[in-house]
Amino acid sequence: MQILGILIPVSLALGGLGLLAFIWALRGRQYEDPKGDSQRILSSEWDDHPKP
Amino acid sequence: MSDATLHDHDARLSACPACDAAPLAQRIAAAKGGQGEVILSLPTIHCATCITDVERVLNRHPGVRAARVNLTLRRVAVDAPGLTAEELIPVVESIGYEAHELDPAALSASAADRQGRDILMRIGVSGFAMMNIMILSVAVWSGAEAATRDMFHWISGAIALPTVAFAGRPFFSSAWRGLRHGRLGMDVPISLALILASAISVYETLHSGHHAYFDAAVMLCFFLLIGRYLDYRTRAVARSAAEELTALEVPRAFRVTAAGDEPVPVAELSPGDLIRIRPGARIPADGEIAEGSSEIDRSLLTGESIPVPAGPGLALSAGEVNLTGPLVMRVTAAGRDSSLARLTALVAAAESARGHYTGLADRASRLYSPLVHLLAFCSFLGWYLTTHDLRLAVNVAAAVLIITCPCALGLAVPAVITAASGRLFRRGMLIKDGTALERLAEVDAVVFDKTGTLTMGVPQLVSLDPIPMDARPAALALAQGSGHPLSQALTQALREAGTEPAALTDLREVPGYGIAGTWQGRELRLGRADWMGAEHGDATLSASWLSLGQEAMPIRLEFSDRLRPGAETCVARLLASGRRVMLLSGDAAPVVRDLAQRLGIADWRAGVTPLDKAEALRDLDMQGLHALMVGDGLNDTAALAEAHVSISPASALDAARTASDIVLMGSDLAPVAEALDLARNARRRIKENFAISLGYNVVAVPFAIAGFATPLMAALAMSLSSISVTLNALRLR
Repeated sequence: MQILGILIPVSLALGGLGLLAFIWALRGRQYEDPKGDSQRILSSEWDDHPKP
Repeated sequence: MSDATLHDHDARLSACPACDAAPLAQRIAAAKGGQGEVILSLPTIHCATCITDVERVLNRHPGVRAARVNLTLRRVAVDAPGLTAEELIPVVESIGYEAHELDPAALSASAADRQGRDILMRIGVSGFAMMNIMILSVAVWSGAEAATRDMFHWISGAIALPTVAFAGRPFFSSAWRGLRHGRLGMDVPISLALILASAISVYETLHSGHHAYFDAAVMLCFFLLIGRYLDYRTRAVARSAAEELTALEVPRAFRVTAAGDEPVPVAELSPGDLIRIRPGARIPADGEIAEGSSEIDRSLLTGESIPVPAGPGLALSAGEVNLTGPLVMRVTAAGRDSSLARLTALVAAAESARGHYTGLADRASRLYSPLVHLLAFCSFLGWYLTTHDLRLAVNVAAAVLIITCPCALGLAVPAVITAASGRLFRRGMLIKDGTALERLAEVDAVVFDKTGTLTMGVPQLVSLDPIPMDARPAALALAQGSGHPLSQALTQALREAGTEPAALTDLREVPGYGIAGTWQGRELRLGRADWMGAEHGDATLSASWLSLGQEAMPIRLEFSDRLRPGAETCVARLLASGRRVMLLSGDAAPVVRDLAQRLGIADWRAGVTPLDKAEALRDLDMQGLHALMVGDGLNDTAALAEAHVSISPASALDAARTASDIVLMGSDLAPVAEALDLARNARRRIKENFAISLGYNVVAVPFAIAGFATPLMAALAMSLSSISVTLNALRLR
């Protein structure tokens, strides 16, 4: 049962990390243009010169 | 400008609700502040190459600081201080993409968008909390005991309480609003269940009880928020598309000043101003012609399909279209005082009267909510009186509230409406109001307008035969030179016959009369009868005259209005389904009779005034019929607002689109008949969903009242009913 003391914080931390990533994505307006974003990765425009 | 600053600007606009309500102030601020933002609609872009092409060409254009394409909305936002849309549109069009200016003031999407993100955030938080609590709950359900169980409950509580406080806020505030106004909506049992479940769980955890409902409380938030989000999405998609249609008509006028013409927002016009109206432009305010002669298309206002000749002194109303010659107009009433704005206000009043329609969900919750409270209270009373154990009685009451809590009921309507309106959207119909679909299902009479609704409002040449073969190239060259709808119809007909234009010299347009040119030493004229000394003849058909020089007799060319594609199938399907079909038009009787016979509509009336139309719909209502009105003009708006449910094509006036519940995006009319069938299907699905969620309750509630309900059961009943309701709704797609 000692293992619970490690596993529970670890699982909560991982969940929290996921939540933070979700909030970050939402705040960054990444859900604004889902169709455009799925197409933009095909563009080679900024590959050699990353967008400032 | 980066994306972030671009959006900061949006936030600032919507942070002030009064600004949204006062477009005038906002437009003035926009004109002065030089926000430098131009939004263009790009209807044809669809791929990665399109995005990079458009952004590259715009970024290369001098004066442009940044351009960002949004493919989902098919728009590009250009940050270019000092540049106007007129300068940017040719840039985009030069690489082959269609572009139209959008009026940023009419696009208030940012405020609505924030609401959507807010719900999404709450869904995310409750979803993550639910997953974590569920892991711990499964351990408890599968037999964790004593200290381990208590620890798991404590951790669950530490996650659940802040989550419920945050994710449940929309329900709490809406329930509180309802209670203050003495209404018992669906949100009251939801809030009560959330609060009671959390409170009891904390109490049980403190006293190392066996059951805690933390998982149920969080799951309830999660499922109900999904319902809220679906509901919101459907309305947001419809609203943003409707807004885009409005924003396509940038309200701008050209004021004649001593220094030349100056473009001003229509909102800034005042009586006495002189404005210039170009051929083909819509008249922005009420007024009187000061200079120039032209022809005026009044079809949107009166339903008349034949243009009216116009000269100095003629009164014009906002919404009419100037056809051939440039005009200078003296404004008599602008902005809020114009006849168009007054009518829009009238429509808004009529709409609020119709707003009393209550959807199936509201009606269900009105029955459901008191019943649930009564049930919970009775089981509390029953258990307390028989066992005198307050803790047990409260526990049972909470279990009843949680199990009956309308998770599936909250999803039942939004899921169906989302699926149905998504399918209609793909067929080119846009639902502006959630209850429109339910009202559409009740329709048993359909009333059509003629010009612009059953017909395209675009003339078509009846026959090419009167024009001699050798004169056709010259006629084409002549017709090409004019923007008048009849000339364009002639151009199209000749092009389709494979004619090549001849070379004409001295081509000139005589405003209000027609177009003239010289060909092989002869003067050709195309235009009105009295200009060529011909008899006008039958006034019911639109006609134009072609003169091939002084010695030849002028040739009469007849035009008829083109039927909207799908109109025949639509009317036939409606008649076959046994619904009553009516045709009401402001146009002259022979034209209307002709069309009614072509479509097989027995019930038609011509020369109908706007008030008569509204009266006719009220009559139908008195007969107990639920009428669907399909119309596009200003003369239809009162009828559109009066009808049980209304549809207008995207080409309709803004006032008509505002008044109607559904906008037809494409030009095809056939989806209207399909929509009626789909609406009936959707209503059936909603009722099935109610039955499903009720079924789960009937099974689960006795267990809860008997005191056997465990948190596991609550979780199972809730998830199963929500999932089956959603799957049932998806059958509509």
